[in-house]
Amino acid sequence: MKNKKTTTTLEETWDLVIEPKTSWFQLHLADLWRYRDLVLLFVKRDLSVTYKQTILGPVWFLIQPLFSTIIFTVIFGKIAKIPTDGIPPFLFYMAGNVAWGYFANSLNGTSNTFVKNSGIFGKVYFPRLAIPLSIVISNLAKFAVQLLLFAGFYSYFALSGAGLKIDINILYLPVIILQMAILALGVGVLISSMVTKYRDLTVLMTFGVQLWMYATPVVYPVSQVPEKYQFFYLLNPMAVIIENFKYIFFHKGTILPDMILISWITTVVIFFLGLLVFNRVEKGFMDTV
Amino acid sequence: MSTIIKVENLSKEYRLGVLDHGAMYKDLQAWWAKLRGKEDPNSLIGENIKSESMEDRFWALQDLNFEIKAGESVGIIGKNGAGKSTLLKILSRVTTPTQGSVKIKGRVASLLEVGTGFHPELTGRENIFLNGAIMGLSKIEVKKRFDAIVDFSGVEKFIDTPVKRYSSGMRVRLGFAVAAHLEPDILIVDEVLAVGDLEFQKKCLGKMEDVGKEGRTVIFVSHNMGAVQTLCKRGIYLHKGAVSLDSNINEVVGSYMTVDEKQYKFPISNDNAGITVESLQIKIIQKKNYINLTLLGLVSIQKKMGKLAFAIQVKTKDGLLVSSIGSKIFNQYLKQNKGNQEISLTCPEINRYLVPGMYLLSFIIFKEPNKRLLELENFEAIEIPSIRTYYTLGAIPRQRFHGVTLLPWQVKIQ
Repeated sequence: MKNKKTTTTLEETWDLVIEPKTSWFQLHLADLWRYRDLVLLFVKRDLSVTYKQTILGPVWFLIQPLFSTIIFTVIFGKIAKIPTDGIPPFLFYMAGNVAWGYFANSLNGTSNTFVKNSGIFGKVYFPRLAIPLSIVISNLAKFAVQLLLFAGFYSYFALSGAGLKIDINILYLPVIILQMAILALGVGVLISSMVTKYRDLTVLMTFGVQLWMYATPVVYPVSQVPEKYQFFYLLNPMAVIIENFKYIFFHKGTILPDMILISWITTVVIFFLGLLVFNRVEKGFMDTV
Repeated sequence: MSTIIKVENLSKEYRLGVLDHGAMYKDLQAWWAKLRGKEDPNSLIGENIKSESMEDRFWALQDLNFEIKAGESVGIIGKNGAGKSTLLKILSRVTTPTQGSVKIKGRVASLLEVGTGFHPELTGRENIFLNGAIMGLSKIEVKKRFDAIVDFSGVEKFIDTPVKRYSSGMRVRLGFAVAAHLEPDILIVDEVLAVGDLEFQKKCLGKMEDVGKEGRTVIFVSHNMGAVQTLCKRGIYLHKGAVSLDSNINEVVGSYMTVDEKQYKFPISNDNAGITVESLQIKIIQKKNYINLTLLGLVSIQKKMGKLAFAIQVKTKDGLLVSSIGSKIFNQYLKQNKGNQEISLTCPEINRYLVPGMYLLSFIIFKEPNKRLLELENFEAIEIPSIRTYYTLGAIPRQRFHGVTLLPWQVKIQ
């Protein structure tokens, strides 16, 4: 399927040509742009529907990370006594939690794209990418609220003399968030495309994301990983992202420019791979799902 | 008029069977073998490949070719499984063809369902915007049409209520209202009019007629032949994935109807119940202006069980049940544990009661109170001729305008 505006010799101009196969690289992103209002409406829907008919409403966006942070502080900080590079444990866990939460929620949401929306997909055409994109964006809104919560606690700790201050590094924050979004979207659409055929992956996803978290410095700093394994450890792009995220606020952590570059390469490669596979699957998926 | 849709050699193949847990393993094996330049270990050798792969493949559409011109209204007719839905799905870009192509000019709006993507928690207002966007409208375009949509749907009172509190009828009305205001160049409508009440169905049909009159192209799929005939001028009759007739709508509908009559080979039996129908025939005898219809059959019942009765059903070609009358209503039941018995049911002067046209007859044997043991659906089609009776001294009534039954009204104008 492609939108073609070609003039052939017979003066036949077609707005749309529906054909069995198109090239791998026909991503029709222009189509997605034309449907941008739909993406925004999906974002709005996701945000307003999540906590409809709840008493606390959007406050839940804050309660979730707050409670996880408290639990992490108690279990990993107080009981397991994992060092935090000298960062106040509560802030350390909250930073990890909030950032990882954004990635995990986006990934879990996008990886269900086809299965969850097969009802709509079977009835009407719109660029399928609109769904995962909207999920990543709506999670971004939740993430922003949680980031404000983190900022509140951060200021409190800073004012009570924890030796914290914001410096020029904060400018790197949007870049990190963008990288997380791209990575989550890439991995998510890749998995969602494979789930259409192999449902096993849905089961794998639920604890796969959990395992991934423990392979990422959310509850411990990278410095806890033996130095000779650090290279392999940091091949996980999320490990680099989370460590950078913490460094921005705490100026402590293991930051290796090479690894940042590698993480970006990995992210971009996964993203395009995801796009290609997704694009391939979206056409025939109604016949296999 | 210029061609707006061009379908060329369109075919669609489906793989039958299920993708089981072995699918991933086999795929991985095949992929690994391919990577090493070896043959797929799961592929079958020699001739087996052909027979095997042919069997679990099914062509839903085969080599379809047709063109539709701007402003045409085309009805797509065919039985279940003829490929109508597959064709619509390809035209709506929900799935891709296996071979061939479809070329389209202009904007397509396809209505395979009303209210696609409605979210129960959102209000009617929010859902109008969401549904409109899903159907391809921008926010500004929805805004422009908003009042007209609300007006058409007739739910303005509840526009700020979550859709989950709507009745199913209201939901359908709202969904159709959005669809009716898409203003596309090509409107594709599947059997969506089966839902909603009669009044609303009429409104929908009216709206679709308007769409046709505005010079837009309408492609309509329905089992409601009356609606298809009212809306469309041209008909395409699909049979087993191929175009069997492409012509004037009345001719196509007529052809569809004659195919509807099923051919049964007697004797027909239900072995579990021990029922055999040796023969069954319809006799039509014309006496002057009236025709008498008689059903004659030879039936045997081998087993003894509750009360067995038989019935004859008269349906219109659209499948509307006109009458279902059987021996039970006369308190007569079939004899059991006996040999063949003759049964008959006669309706004298049937054309007094039925509007001329085609009717389909079904025969049913059921056990009291209503368990169907044997059913010969549409075993015969009859044509009630338009003979001038006392009732039709004026115009000859037609199903399309006068319904199916002739009630003995009496007119007086003083």
